[in-house]
Amino acid sequence: MVWEMETDNIEDMDMEVLPSMWPEDIGADAGKQFNIDKPGQDQDMLEEVTFIEEPTIVDFKRLLELTNYTDKGSSQLAFLVKHWEYKQANAVRLLREELDILSKQRQEVELKKLEILEEHQFEEESYGGDKRPISILDEVYDIWLDIAPKKHDVVVQSKRVEIEAEYDTVVYWKQRAMHLEKLLEASAEREQILVDKLQESIQSLERQSSPVEELSQILKRADNFLHFVLQNAPVVIGHQDKELRYRFIYNHFPSLQEEDIIGRTDVEIFTGAGVKESQDFKKEVLEKGLPAKREITFETPLFGSKTFLIYVEPVFSKAGETIGINYMGMDVTDQVRKREKMAKLREEIAVQKAKETELNKTIHITEETMRAKQMLATMSHEIRSPLSGVVSMAEILTTTKLDREQRQLLDVMLSSGDLVLQLINDILDLSKVESGVMKLEATKFRPREVVKHVLQTAAASLQKILTLEGHVAEDVPVEVIGDVLRIRQILTNLISNAIKFTHEGKVGIRLYVVSDPSLEEGERCPQKLNADQSTVSENGLKEDADQEGFHVDGPYQNHSLNDEPRTPAKSEVSMDADQEEEPQTTTVWLRCDVYDTGIGIPENALPSLFRRYMQVSADHARKYGGTGLGLAICKQLVELMGGQLTVSSQEHCGSTFTFVLPYKVSTSSDHSDDPDEVTDMANHDAATDEVAESFFQFQPRTLGSLFSSNGSSRTQKLLPHKIGFCGSHKLNGFSQNSYSFPQNNIIPEEMASVENGCSAIDVAETLSEPESSASHISNHNCKTPAHADKQGQDDTNNQFQDSRNTDSSYHAEPSREVSVAAKLREPQGTCKRQEKSDADSESTSSNISKSTSKPKILLVEDNKINVMVTQNMMKRLGHSIDVVNNGIEAVRAVQHCSYNLILMDVHMPIMDGLQTTRIIRSFEETGNWDAAEKAGIELTVPSQDALQNGHSYTPSGNRIPIIAMTANAFSESADECFASGMDSFVPKPITFQKIKERLEQYLPD
Amino acid sequence: MSAVKLESETMADGVSQLQKQLVDYTASLFDEAFLDEQFNQLQQLQDENNPDFVVEVVSLFFKDSERLVDELTKALDQQTVDFKLVDKNVHQLKGSSSSIGVQRVQRACIAFRDCSEEQNVEGCLKSLQHVKHEYSLVKNKLETLFKLQKQLLAAGGPLPR
Repeated sequence: MVWEMETDNIEDMDMEVLPSMWPEDIGADAGKQFNIDKPGQDQDMLEEVTFIEEPTIVDFKRLLELTNYTDKGSSQLAFLVKHWEYKQANAVRLLREELDILSKQRQEVELKKLEILEEHQFEEESYGGDKRPISILDEVYDIWLDIAPKKHDVVVQSKRVEIEAEYDTVVYWKQRAMHLEKLLEASAEREQILVDKLQESIQSLERQSSPVEELSQILKRADNFLHFVLQNAPVVIGHQDKELRYRFIYNHFPSLQEEDIIGRTDVEIFTGAGVKESQDFKKEVLEKGLPAKREITFETPLFGSKTFLIYVEPVFSKAGETIGINYMGMDVTDQVRKREKMAKLREEIAVQKAKETELNKTIHITEETMRAKQMLATMSHEIRSPLSGVVSMAEILTTTKLDREQRQLLDVMLSSGDLVLQLINDILDLSKVESGVMKLEATKFRPREVVKHVLQTAAASLQKILTLEGHVAEDVPVEVIGDVLRIRQILTNLISNAIKFTHEGKVGIRLYVVSDPSLEEGERCPQKLNADQSTVSENGLKEDADQEGFHVDGPYQNHSLNDEPRTPAKSEVSMDADQEEEPQTTTVWLRCDVYDTGIGIPENALPSLFRRYMQVSADHARKYGGTGLGLAICKQLVELMGGQLTVSSQEHCGSTFTFVLPYKVSTSSDHSDDPDEVTDMANHDAATDEVAESFFQFQPRTLGSLFSSNGSSRTQKLLPHKIGFCGSHKLNGFSQNSYSFPQNNIIPEEMASVENGCSAIDVAETLSEPESSASHISNHNCKTPAHADKQGQDDTNNQFQDSRNTDSSYHAEPSREVSVAAKLREPQGTCKRQEKSDADSESTSSNISKSTSKPKILLVEDNKINVMVTQNMMKRLGHSIDVVNNGIEAVRAVQHCSYNLILMDVHMPIMDGLQTTRIIRSFEETGNWDAAEKAGIELTVPSQDALQNGHSYTPSGNRIPIIAMTANAFSESADECFASGMDSFVPKPITFQKIKERLEQYLPD
Repeated sequence: MSAVKLESETMADGVSQLQKQLVDYTASLFDEAFLDEQFNQLQQLQDENNPDFVVEVVSLFFKDSERLVDELTKALDQQTVDFKLVDKNVHQLKGSSSSIGVQRVQRACIAFRDCSEEQNVEGCLKSLQHVKHEYSLVKNKLETLFKLQKQLLAAGGPLPR
């Protein structure tokens, strides 16, 4: 029974002890940073993974130190030790328990043994002594209290029941001794078992791993896991000491051996960009003691260009000192690249968007501007018509009888009106150029003439004491092709500008060839000018004056020269060669300087000079007036023609405006079969004109002449024309004074007559231009002078007379007349003109005061009402006109009679104006009416008649000005007109102003 | 009131009133775009040497226009319309109306011409009606104007300029 009981007890103990063996897991708490599986549980998984252990390069000694000295290390260690201690304590407790149990049992057994012995000696006492030990033991093993008493009770009771023999008998004692012996035996046996068990327990305890083993196993597993996790991660983990020497590094893709890294710093290991930065960064962390992240791009020979995101944290000693850093880097090269790409894309998108917005804005602004401009143009146009009405009426008013005060008021009115008109014309011009509507014409013209005329015009209205001069280099072609009207406009604009801002000294134009616009800078104009002047004095006696017929007066006679010695630039030579050899057209670049000795332009005003409505200052605007559009227009026009307009200026010294333009040069028609050539030879007058350098000078008028015209500016403008006649006489006879007008006493000075002489030539020239009468004058002059002179004289005289007698308004705007004249004067030689004017003036000299007829004008118009209106207008303007109703009649009229001007309706039945014009032009070019016959018009005039009437045309290029009258004022219609050979057009309905302008342009006076 | 009436009865005031009436009427013609600047041009051409110029021209215009309108009516009445003929006549009418500054007729002619260019008979007929309408309107207006001018001249007053 007792044995059984004890076995039970042991079994009980086993059950109790098992759960209190080793803790199941040393790190079972959730939230721990380092979590690891129980050993064995996932062994399979770990076994499948092959670890590459090389990457870890550890300085173990350092690690040991670290674990000893750093907070982190020691806390890790402490944690492990605590665990170990805990486990140890647990084991100790269990062992103790075991031991306690064993010693208890032994005590029990010994006690029992003693009891037995005592019982044996003192049988009486045995009963009482039997109870005690149990109760004491019961008390000691209070853990077992619940169970033990019960069992002991049973044991005690069973003990007592077993003895059945009679008490105190021998048998009883024998029996009892035997029984006790048995008990003792069992007890010994049990003791033996317990000892065995203890032994076993100790053995199993020994079999349990030592704490170190346990720890290293744990570490190993952690290590394995770390490797497992990190094996493919693009990370570098490392520890560096206070001096930033590597003590540990993990790098999955090692490129260096352990000995190359451990104990060295970054700088010692790598070279290249980024290394220093990372080193500095680490140092910073070390100094600050705060962890930080940074992205560093390395560019090392070792691993190329890579960007790493680096995390660095300081490591502190227990004392709180930093003793090193932990460092973790991750390769983020791809990410960075992507990110940069994204950033770039985003940036591009942003830029794109910004551009788009900008563009939209620009478009919007442009649209607005265009609209505004359109509006301005429309407005201007609307204003122009009535205004020109006002001005022209005022002009007519000047011809009526007025007292002085009225005249003065009228002058103010006219000049204001002119200014507003000019402004509006400027605006229209500008908007035309800007909107691309402005079309350039290509006509032949003579640059010398243009320069001369611009200067003449300027001189005519000059009210200051200024010298106007013009230099045209000898290499400038006689004739070039370009839009002469526009070029003249530019020149006039620049000259009038120059005059406006010049109070003393001179204003001039210099024209010369530049080989190429880019080379033009090389040529220094002032030097050239000096050379010119010096040679002037050298060659002063040369007998080549008067080539242009200007240098009438002694002192200035010798300024225009044949100057071979001066030919300086090789470009010129080549130019000449070009002209001579190439049968087709070549392009020549002419540079034109318009210089003055005026107030100059301050530097800060230069940039805005060509902007419209810009004047140098408000002060200037007040003082000098003007629209502020002139230069803008010049610039636009020059650029439209493919050139450049620049300015150089020095304040108080003067300004020079320069434009360089390309012109076509037609060489074929110039020399060979030009009938004028013969004239040149015959007259041996200025035969060298075509290649000579020209120099024009217009000396200031004296105050006398200035004051002479104090009545009004209009009358003043008239003066040159009147005096012009005397100039033209002077050409031939030198007795200039004999021809001076007696009423012009106020201008006895020669200077005045220089200028006047010029304008006289102008008049003479322009007179000879218009196709019909004028041109055959010239023909007669050269071929049968004696015979033809009479008619020629009459005509010219008539015209002279006319020009004097008709509306002064013709004279009012000399610039217009002149420009027309230049345009008309196309292919003729200067010499011819000279010759003509000689002849003319010879004959006119005697007839000057004869009354004469008017220029013949033909109106071709089918609409009766239009005819009536136009006729009346012309009548008002002092012209009677012939009227025909269609093209065929017009051709016949031209066959029969010479006209100075034809006004041609474009849209007509039977034959329209365009075809009619073409037929007339064809006749002018070929001298026959084949084209007319082709068109079905029979010649009503025999050719002999034509001859007699002065129609024996050689193709000289003389043309009757034909002005189209068109209902469509649109540009394309105008193009058609020009293409057919018309010279100009008037939009219908014909108004006073419009027709007057055209007459002024095309009817020389 | 009575004072004004009294004054208006005097001869001079009769003239000035007529003058004013004429000026107002002329202005209204311009305002209503019956006439344009070109008509002023005509008036400018009228002077002592040519005192009836405007009336002459306008009368010629009336005669001519009536002829043209007749021809146009005839041309458009044909089975197959000769658009060239229409074109020609419209052009004439347009030219003369523009020449004397009868701008509403001129504009109607432009529309007419456009229709004719499109060979749109319906449009041409409509345009013709329009032209006729405008023509008769302006004819009335001009005749009234001339009447006023005559009255004024008869009253001894100069024509206002």
